[in-house]
Amino acid sequence: MTAIGFLAPRADVLARRRTIIADLADLLPPEGLVHEPRKLVPFETDGFTAYRRVPLAVALPETTAQVAAVLRYCAKMGVPVVPRGAGTSLSGGAIPQEDAVIIGLSKMNRILDVNFANRTARVQAGATNISISNAVSDAGFFYAPDPSSQLACTIGGNVAMNSGGAHCLKYGVTTNNLLGVTLVTIDGDILELGGEALDSGGLDLVGLVCGSEGQLGIVTEAVVRLIAKPLGARPVMFGFGDAETAGQCVSAIIASGIIPVAIEFMDKPAIEICEAFAKAGYPLDVEALLIVEVEGSDAEMDDQLARIVEIAKNHKVQVVKESQTATEAALIWKGRKSAFGATGRIADYICMDGTVPLSQLSHVLRETSKIVARYGLRVANVFHAGDGNMHPLILYNVNDPAEAEKAEAAGMDILRLCVDAGGCLTGEHGVGIEKRDLMLHQFTQTDLDQQMRVRAAFDGDWLLNPSKVFPLENRPAA
Amino acid sequence: MTVTVQSLADTTGAQHFAPATEADAASIIADLAARGTPVELTGGGTKRGVGRMPNAGATLSSARLTGIVAYQPTEMVLTARAGTPLADIEAELARNGQRLAFEPADWRGLTGTTGEPTIGAVAATNNSGPRRFVAGAARDALLGVRFVNGLGEAVKNGGRVMKNVTGLDLVKLMAGSWGTLGFLTEVTFKVLPVPETEATLVLHGLSDVDAAKAMAAAMATHAEVSGAAHLPELMSAQVLEGALKSDAATLLRLEGLSSSVSVRLAFLQTHFSMHQQSVLDAEQSALLWREIRDVTPLHPLRANDRRPVWRVSMAPDSAVLMVDALRRQAGLAVFYDWQGGLAWLRMEADPEAGALRETMKRFGGGHATLIRADAATRAAVAAFEPQSGPADALQKRIKAAFDPAGIFNPGRMGF
Repeated sequence: MTAIGFLAPRADVLARRRTIIADLADLLPPEGLVHEPRKLVPFETDGFTAYRRVPLAVALPETTAQVAAVLRYCAKMGVPVVPRGAGTSLSGGAIPQEDAVIIGLSKMNRILDVNFANRTARVQAGATNISISNAVSDAGFFYAPDPSSQLACTIGGNVAMNSGGAHCLKYGVTTNNLLGVTLVTIDGDILELGGEALDSGGLDLVGLVCGSEGQLGIVTEAVVRLIAKPLGARPVMFGFGDAETAGQCVSAIIASGIIPVAIEFMDKPAIEICEAFAKAGYPLDVEALLIVEVEGSDAEMDDQLARIVEIAKNHKVQVVKESQTATEAALIWKGRKSAFGATGRIADYICMDGTVPLSQLSHVLRETSKIVARYGLRVANVFHAGDGNMHPLILYNVNDPAEAEKAEAAGMDILRLCVDAGGCLTGEHGVGIEKRDLMLHQFTQTDLDQQMRVRAAFDGDWLLNPSKVFPLENRPAA
Repeated sequence: MTVTVQSLADTTGAQHFAPATEADAASIIADLAARGTPVELTGGGTKRGVGRMPNAGATLSSARLTGIVAYQPTEMVLTARAGTPLADIEAELARNGQRLAFEPADWRGLTGTTGEPTIGAVAATNNSGPRRFVAGAARDALLGVRFVNGLGEAVKNGGRVMKNVTGLDLVKLMAGSWGTLGFLTEVTFKVLPVPETEATLVLHGLSDVDAAKAMAAAMATHAEVSGAAHLPELMSAQVLEGALKSDAATLLRLEGLSSSVSVRLAFLQTHFSMHQQSVLDAEQSALLWREIRDVTPLHPLRANDRRPVWRVSMAPDSAVLMVDALRRQAGLAVFYDWQGGLAWLRMEADPEAGALRETMKRFGGGHATLIRADAATRAAVAAFEPQSGPADALQKRIKAAFDPAGIFNPGRMGF
C-alpha cells in the first residue's frame, strides 16, 4: 500500500545528517541517541504497519530538560521531530519520516507522585497506562481510561491521541481524566499547564493539547485523576436475532436512566472468530451479541442487572447469560478482549474507528456490510456501542497488494459513511496519516484553516509531526 | 462587505447588534474587523461583571439566535443555538428525564444582575456547579461548537458524538474563553439521565481542615459521592432557610437508583459514625445543592453589597490551608465545594488580590477569578489569573489565531 503520501524529506536536513547526529549526541546521555541504520529499523513504523519510514535518528532523553534541548536544537536547524511513546498508534501517529528525529519517551517512565487525598498522580509521559492503575490499586484506586493496548501504550501517547477504552461510557476518555501536563514547545520552552486544581486559569490549553497528536509540543509529564475502585463489577451477555434489535436495546438501556460502565457489541462474524479462539461460551446461533457491565455492591448490581435484563427481554433477546462468579465474568470478557488477537490469527485486518450517533448504529452497520461486500471482502464488528464508537475489522490478505488496496478503499468508504451519518472519522485512534486525507470530508477548508492557525501559534515552521493530521495540500506557508 | 442587520446606536454612539442568523453574525463581524472596532460579545448579560469591562464600540448579542436544533433523548446529545435560554434547555431535558450533568450555576443572585442565562454563555464561561469534581465541567460535556471567528468566518469544531478525536480540539479552547476567541452560534452538549433519587449526609461541627479530610476520605470510598461541600460556621445558616442551624456543615451527596443510594448512605453513615450526622431527603438535598451551586451563602444581604467575591480553584487539600493563612491578613467569609478544591471567598473590604494570589502560590498554586466587585475595583484588579512568560505569549498568539484584529472582548481575560 502506498496510497498515503508523506512530505518530501528536506534535502538540506538529509545533507547535514552527520552534523545533526553529532550535535544531538552532545545533548543526550550516553546510549541516548540511536542512529545506526540497523538499530533504527524498529522505529520505522507503529501499530499502523502498512507504512514505514526510517528516521534520521532517535533521541531517547531521560529528563524534560533534555527534551527541551533536543527540541531547541531541531527548531534552530529546521529538523522535523516525531514524538513516540510505545509506538502502538493504529493511525500511524508515530511513524517517522527520513528527515525526522524521533523523540522517544520510553526512558521517562516513572510514576513521580501520588496524592490520594486529591486523587491525582503525576507521571512521566513514558509510563504505561496500566502502570498507573497498578501503582495505586492497593490503595483502592484506578486510572479509568483503558485502551485495549493498555499493557504497552504510554500515558504520553494517550494524551497525544486522547485515548478512550471500553469503560469510557461512564468515566470518560483521557481528556476528562487529565488535569495537567508539562509541555515542551518546539522552541524548548517548558510550560506547566494545569495542575491539581480542576479548572485552568486562562485558556484551556490542557484541553487543546490533549488529542493534538504531537502537533503542538511534546508532553513529558501528566497529572491524571484517580478514581476510587468500585466494590465490584459484573457483566451480562445478551444474544439477539438481528443487529437492529440489539441496537435498539442499547438505546433503551441508556434511555432508562441506567448508565452501565460498558456496552460492547459484536456481530456474527466477530462472535464466531472470538468463540473459536477464546471458547467463552458465546452463542453461535445469534446475529448480534451485547456485553453490558455494571458496577457497585452486590445488591446494587443485582438491581441494575435485573432492570437491564428486563429491557433486553422487551427487545426479543434470545440468549441471556448472567455471571454468578468472577470466573464466569472473566469468561464473558475473555472473548471480547481477545477480539483483535483472535481476528489476527485468521486474517490480516485493518481496524476502523468512526463514531456515529446512537440512532444511526444499525443503519451504519448495514451499510458497512454492503460496502465491504462490494469490495469482495469480509468484515467483523466489535465495538463500544454505548458511545457509538465503531470498530469494523476489515479482513484481507496483506500479501495480496490488490486486496490490501481494496481493504484500504473500503475503510475510507466506511469512514465517509460515518461522517455522512452525523459522526466523525475517529473516536479514539486519532487521525495520524491514516485518515489525514479524509479530513475535508468532515471539515471545510475554513474549519481546517482555523485549526492550522492555532497549530501555527505553537509551531510556525511546521516541524512537529509534520506529515500528520492535516492534508498536505493547502497548508499555510511556513 | 455590507452589513445587512440594522443596529441601534445608544447615547454613547456604541452600536448594538443582535443577528438572527450565523451568516448575519459573520457579516457584522467581518465589517467590525475591517474597521477595527472592538466588540463586546454577550449572551444574556448575567456575567458581564466578570473580567475587565471591554472598552467596546459595539456589542454583539446572541439574543436572537435561539432554539433547540436537534435533541433525541436516546442519543443523550442536545444541540441548540447559542442564545437559547438555559431555562428552556433545562425544561426540555427535564421533560425527558435528563439534565446537564455539570450543573451550570445561576450567578444572578450573587452578582445582582438580571437577564436570562443562555446555553452559549454556559459554554463560553465553562460554567460548572458542584458535580463538576466527579462528572466533569461544561467543557467535558461540550461535544461540538459552531462559531464565527474574528475574520468573519463560520467555523465548526467537534460534533454530535461522544467520542471524537478528529483534528485539534478547539471545543475545549472555546469553553471558558469568555468571548475572547469567537462568537458562539451553536453548541452541542452531552446530557445524562436524571438519577432516580438523591440524598445528602450532613456531618456537623467539623473545622475546615477536618472537613477537607472527611471529604477526601469519602471520595476514597466506593460510595460514589457526587457532591462534597463544606459550609463553615454561620455560612451553614445561609442555606435551606436556616434549617442546618449555624454549626459548620459538611455535605456529602449521593445520587442513583434508590436501592443503591440507601445502601451507600448506610455505608457512609457507618464510615463517619464518629461525627454528629443528619440526613437530607431527596427534596431537601436538591434544594441545598441548588443553593451551593448558585453561591447562595454569599448572596448580598443588602442591595448595595458589592463586597468582592473570588472563585478560587486549588488542589482540594490545599485550599483550606491557604484560606487559614489568608485569614490572618484580611477579613473574609468562605465556603468550599468540590471536596475543598473550590473556595468561594468574600473579602470584607479590599479585594486583596495581591495577598490572595501570593498566599495561593505558597500553598501549591491554583487560580482565582474575581466574580463580583464594584466597577472601580474591576477596573483596577486582574479578574482572571494573570499568566506570564511563554504561557502568556502563547495565549496571545492563540488569541490572534482566532481574532487577528483583536476585536473580541479585548482585555477581558487579560489579553
